[in-house]
Amino acid sequence: MANEEFDFNSFKELLDVTDGNLATHLKQLEKNEFIEVKKSFVGRKPLTTYAATEEGKKAFQFHLTFLENLIKENKS
Amino acid sequence: MRNAQDELAEIKSIMERSSRFLSLSGLSGILAGVYALIGSGIAYSLIYYPKPPYGKALSLTNPEYVISNVMITGLSVLLLSVFTAWLLSRKKSKKTKVSLWAPASRRFMRALFIPVIIGGLLCIGLYAQGQEHLVAAITLIFYGLGLFNASNFTLNEIKYLSYCQLILGLIATFFPEYGLVLWALGFGVLHIIYGAIMYVKYDG
Repeated sequence: MANEEFDFNSFKELLDVTDGNLATHLKQLEKNEFIEVKKSFVGRKPLTTYAATEEGKKAFQFHLTFLENLIKENKS
Repeated sequence: MRNAQDELAEIKSIMERSSRFLSLSGLSGILAGVYALIGSGIAYSLIYYPKPPYGKALSLTNPEYVISNVMITGLSVLLLSVFTAWLLSRKKSKKTKVSLWAPASRRFMRALFIPVIIGGLLCIGLYAQGQEHLVAAITLIFYGLGLFNASNFTLNEIKYLSYCQLILGLIATFFPEYGLVLWALGFGVLHIIYGAIMYVKYDG
């Protein structure tokens, strides 16, 4: 969404988490088909990039709306 | 809880800002190409008939008449193409329930039309300076730049179309005698090809 796709190391840098933690979350997202995984090589270095699927985007919108409503209800 | 609401609003705004305009139909490209080919045919008959469709040191018996009619033809092709694209995009956006006036569409239109309009004004300036042989090159180049810019706000593939237009435009700069042929290739043939590819790929 904000980026067309994002690679593993950029994620790690942005979120400041461990390899294992990040990999677990990404695996779960992939299992739910919210993201698609693309594996390639830059020379001999492996490069894995991730992109949101249509379903993933919709699920995220739904999640945001849910959070918004939760906050609104909590205020009143 | 104020902070959380702000966070959510900012996330939504980031998502919105990155959304692209996807209502452009490949069919509008094909039709625009057809209009351009017809327009080129008209321009050819106005300028060159009965000589070949390219030539240096062209001597026109009635230059004002020819040039103004060629400009009218070009303008009509442009207006028809834009109108067709608008009609087809409106139809497509109704299906996907995306408004044509959404920020995403406006970003796309601004990105495409600012270079195109400036290019058009530059052409008027060129004509005023007696450099009308560069008009074909300028239209192709500025259209190509507009497409390249707009590719960030719609399907990224149109950047390949932009590269082709830019190449044709540069050729036209160095070989202005082929201006009309290159114009027909860029606005006509290329649009038909890309329109067809996009139509087949995304089913219109």
